[in-house]
Amino acid sequence: MGESRKGHFGPYGGQYVAETLMPALIELEAAFSQAWADPAFRSEFEAYLRDYVGRPSPLYFARRLTAQAGGAKIYLKREDLNHTGAHKINNTLGQAMLAKRMGKPRLIAETGAGMHGVATATVAALFGMKCDVFMGEEDIERQAQNVGRMRALGARVVPVHSGSATLKDAMNEALRDWVATVRDTFYVIGTVAGPHPYPSMVREFQAVIGTETREQMLAAEGRLPDEVIACVGGGSNAMGIFAGFVADSQVHLTGVEAGGEGVDTGRHAASITAGRVGVLHGNKTYLLQDDDGQIQPTHSISAGLDYPGVGPEHAYFHDTRRVEYCVVNDDDAVAAFDLLCRLEGIIPALESSHAVAAAVPRAQRRGPGQIIVVNLSGRGDKDMDSVLRYKAKQGRT
Amino acid sequence: MNRIDTTFARCRAEKRKALVMFVEAGDPTLAISEDLMLAVAEAGADIIEVGVPFSDPMADGPAIQAASQRALESGTTLRGILAMVGRLRQRTEVPLILFSYYNVMLQYGVEALARDSVVAGIDAWLVVDVPPEERGELAPATAPHGIPLITLLAPTTPPERAQALLAQAAGFVYYITVTGVTGARDQLPENLAGDLERVRVNSPVPVVAGFGVSTPEMARTVAAHADGVVVGSALVKMMASAAQPADGIRTCAEFVRSLAAAMR
Repeated sequence: MGESRKGHFGPYGGQYVAETLMPALIELEAAFSQAWADPAFRSEFEAYLRDYVGRPSPLYFARRLTAQAGGAKIYLKREDLNHTGAHKINNTLGQAMLAKRMGKPRLIAETGAGMHGVATATVAALFGMKCDVFMGEEDIERQAQNVGRMRALGARVVPVHSGSATLKDAMNEALRDWVATVRDTFYVIGTVAGPHPYPSMVREFQAVIGTETREQMLAAEGRLPDEVIACVGGGSNAMGIFAGFVADSQVHLTGVEAGGEGVDTGRHAASITAGRVGVLHGNKTYLLQDDDGQIQPTHSISAGLDYPGVGPEHAYFHDTRRVEYCVVNDDDAVAAFDLLCRLEGIIPALESSHAVAAAVPRAQRRGPGQIIVVNLSGRGDKDMDSVLRYKAKQGRT
Repeated sequence: MNRIDTTFARCRAEKRKALVMFVEAGDPTLAISEDLMLAVAEAGADIIEVGVPFSDPMADGPAIQAASQRALESGTTLRGILAMVGRLRQRTEVPLILFSYYNVMLQYGVEALARDSVVAGIDAWLVVDVPPEERGELAPATAPHGIPLITLLAPTTPPERAQALLAQAAGFVYYITVTGVTGARDQLPENLAGDLERVRVNSPVPVVAGFGVSTPEMARTVAAHADGVVVGSALVKMMASAAQPADGIRTCAEFVRSLAAAMR
């Protein structure tokens, strides 16, 4: 992996937090390295992944999508089939086990699309822990179903009104809560961002995606894929699947950012493509901000990608060119959503639809004989309202 | 001697504790902040923290979040704040601490900011989200200009860590009285006195205590165990609830006089 100086990826990452939180981060770092080196912890983690999450998730050859694209074979890594419907649970399970081990009885989390919130509420129920999920008001409205799921699972959903009332503000509010409750509360960050050790820790918990994909691909095709594609908001599903291939330089890795209404319109969430280096939420990375360092509002049809930053290791992989980052707009994401529904009978999350949208033209360019893997990070049941609203606005049905 | 050391020496000679006031720069406008800071200094504040607004103030409670928002809406920038500080410096010798989140400073350019801070008359930096682990981002720029980086200690800071942090303290140490974000509170932790005394014994520089202090009585209680007391959100709220800025400035000055009197 790209970790250089402790907690840094090249110039990115670090621990930019108030002193009140530093001791908790130091404690967390020690607890994680101990747990991760402990075979008992690892085998318990693997048992839950197998029996509770339903892993390994299948690597599925998308025959009709491949035919439609008319080029490289397209495989889908089916994280949408996990318990709770997305890759998020791999990470929340690991962090909740760690919280239990550290004797912290309360979990807090931020959530955008609600998938991380649901995944955190789920493991809180599983381990009998208290759980508060911070969620922007705007997201509560566009992801009403997930709010209901979190409440059903026994979590409290705390509405966040400040700022743009989306994911970044939910994270601000979760950090404010954590500063006040740090002694008995574990902050379950949902992506490969935040202060060290979160970016590395979340990558390790998600690396199971890449490990499985590699084995499954070798079993199915007897070779590695030519390209692996994943959407990038904070970037945890991408970092999880990339982890299996970073060392294989012949495998092209592609991260897809949310282009919203178009990068040139200013209404997007493409931090790497259009951002500048800055510090937010405890880490140094690419951010969407103005010249004065004020964080800019973002836009994406997908609530899970609607974030002005990106995990620091992605920033590093961009600079070192190990990963290519590109952009898919709302329009093309919704078209890919439709395409996968109709051709494969799979309703993808709008986040994952961005990766599917990038895969089709790339499969065409690559041509037959080549192989692309798309990380289908989540299922799209939660997004039906967003898609219908979007189409109504565009005058389509 | 620099303004901070001079101030603490004068307080010691007068056998009183230093009153540190936080003002959000640009709330509601920079011109009004300038007048407010002058009025606060003349009413008895010994040190002023000049708050730099940020879109995502993660360590702040509702009062300073709202102030930050108002300041940004009035078009406040760090460049504008330094110009205001430059004008204010012509009118007062009160020590001025630049109180900011890191990203705003980073985009300005840390080296340029160090140079411009000295020119404007800033006496120290307090960067909320740069802990000692990341101090290397700032120290190379501030050291040549002799700008102290104020060390923060929290109730959660373990003793060994506190020891290491105090060893590199300069100017003064800011002890965070509560485990939480900024904001006026009715009560402070019961063990605060003991915790503060332990820090003071080990500190090479004066120790001020802040977060949650909102009344003259609380200031008096805390002052008994510290070299100074910081009041922020209470003043910010007072200013925000005034019908006219001039009224706000008068009320704030009165409040500062009552704080200063309680600490004598």
